[in-house]
Amino acid sequence: MTNSVEQTAIHVAGLRKAFGDKVVLDGLDLDVRRGTVFSLLGPNGAGKTTTVQILSTLIGADAGDVRVAGCDLARDPEGVRRAIGVTGQYSAVDGLLTGRENLIMMADLHRLGRAAGRRAADELLERFDLAEAGRKQAAAYSGGMRRKLDLAMTLIGGPRIIFLDEPTTGLDPRSRRTMWGIIRELVRGGVTVFLTTQYLDEADQLADRVAVLDGGRLVADGTPDELKRLVPGGHVRLRFADLASLDAAARALGTRTRDDEALTLQVPSDGGVRALRELLGRLDAHSIEVDELSVHTPDLDDVFLALTGRPENEAAPA
Amino acid sequence: MNALHDSATMLRRNLRHALRYPALTIATIATPILMLLLFVGVFGNALGTGVGGPSKDDYIGYVAPGIILMAVASGCMVTSVSVCVDMTEGIVSRFRTMPIARSSLLTGHVAGSMIQTLLSTFAVVLVAVAMGFRTNGTVLDWLGAIGLLTMLTFALTWLAVVMGLVAKNPEGASNSPLLVQFLPFLGSAIVPPESMPAGVRWFAEYQPFTPVIETLRGLLMGTPVGRDAWISVAWCAGIAVVSYVLAKRLFNRAR
Repeated sequence: MTNSVEQTAIHVAGLRKAFGDKVVLDGLDLDVRRGTVFSLLGPNGAGKTTTVQILSTLIGADAGDVRVAGCDLARDPEGVRRAIGVTGQYSAVDGLLTGRENLIMMADLHRLGRAAGRRAADELLERFDLAEAGRKQAAAYSGGMRRKLDLAMTLIGGPRIIFLDEPTTGLDPRSRRTMWGIIRELVRGGVTVFLTTQYLDEADQLADRVAVLDGGRLVADGTPDELKRLVPGGHVRLRFADLASLDAAARALGTRTRDDEALTLQVPSDGGVRALRELLGRLDAHSIEVDELSVHTPDLDDVFLALTGRPENEAAPA
Repeated sequence: MNALHDSATMLRRNLRHALRYPALTIATIATPILMLLLFVGVFGNALGTGVGGPSKDDYIGYVAPGIILMAVASGCMVTSVSVCVDMTEGIVSRFRTMPIARSSLLTGHVAGSMIQTLLSTFAVVLVAVAMGFRTNGTVLDWLGAIGLLTMLTFALTWLAVVMGLVAKNPEGASNSPLLVQFLPFLGSAIVPPESMPAGVRWFAEYQPFTPVIETLRGLLMGTPVGRDAWISVAWCAGIAVVSYVLAKRLFNRAR
């Protein structure tokens, strides 16, 4: 096994992929440091899954230089496969087998040996709170349980790099938090995680670095905080009863982003309690009545609007 | 060595599937047994007269080898459904990203299906014997028959794997094998080709199932075999090689 001292777990340069004449990846470059969580963020159809499929040897690339765990993807796919584990978007568990049988099958394929394989399977079931369910067929599992079993199957071979393709899409908030906890634990154990997600908060919670994919290219790359600074979407929206109040408020707050038809005003804000208190204080001081107040924190929509410069973006204060 | 270990793991998986979801297996055993009841018990007298024997007791000697062969054909074809179901689910993508022998998934399917088919064929033979099928074959003849059926099972199972890989969905995968299951009717399984209209007869004489049925009849009933034995072996080998090569190529290419 290659165990080079280099700190790069995944290196991608000039990656291209087209299906027919539809270009999905148009010259992708990225580097993932060992032992970190790298999150590829993007809307549906941005090319996230295609990227994971290429990096995990599932499909070939048209062009580009890719090294995963020090192995050249094109020349040594077996070396890559020995180092990675993949949990895809669609659950890759065998529904007719029980949870435990699924894990033992994986252990057998990884040559863990009979006793060690069974031990590893039971440990993982215990760790993922599936000990009880382990005796049932996976077809009867809930979405969250399937996802956990899926990840457990990925882990049984002890991969050094794990690809997680939208691991929490379709999960309820509680299962989602459980999944986040598991991912954090993995990283503490020295594993590198390549995560794709549609959710900014998920990248925010987990990732050391975030790259935003749009139309087959990276449009931003940085830490979650750096990324959020690019997003001017955080604001408070105030609605007034009449145009006079709107005018008064606009003067008092010095904001240009107003909508006379909806009688609303957008005030840039991080949405924190202190900022809100200060905002309401200023309105009170001018005796302006507010009909309705809503807080908008930056979300993925804002990121994309900001980064791709589409018209909606113009409304946001600079 | 690795390929063998991985194939054994996949075989265990497929046998578990057969136990957990026995409906397919039961259907493949029930169909030929129903055929046997139908053609011997219901049509036996009329067909027996047509074939040249005086009664249905003689006809069972003619038709049983044909039905045994149908049991093999229908048993193998189930593989196309299970392969197709696998390909449409995420688990195959998982296997492809693992450092395991690529073809082990397919060889696991083939081995599992061969075990099932040979067991279900054995069940059909038992029913035929219970219904009055008597052979004058020696132990050597029986071994020859088992060898022939095993070769045919191997060839048809790989053919079924190809059909499963080509099919877009499990429904399609269960339709295309019907052609293969129907072929013995247009051979010498139920009635001799000589009794058929000219065009059909030509087809019946040259299609692959007829020499296999005739060889089986020869071994079990003592009718002359002649060139049919070698033609059967050639057909089985040909179908097996072409299907195997195609299956590997399709599997490595698929998505």
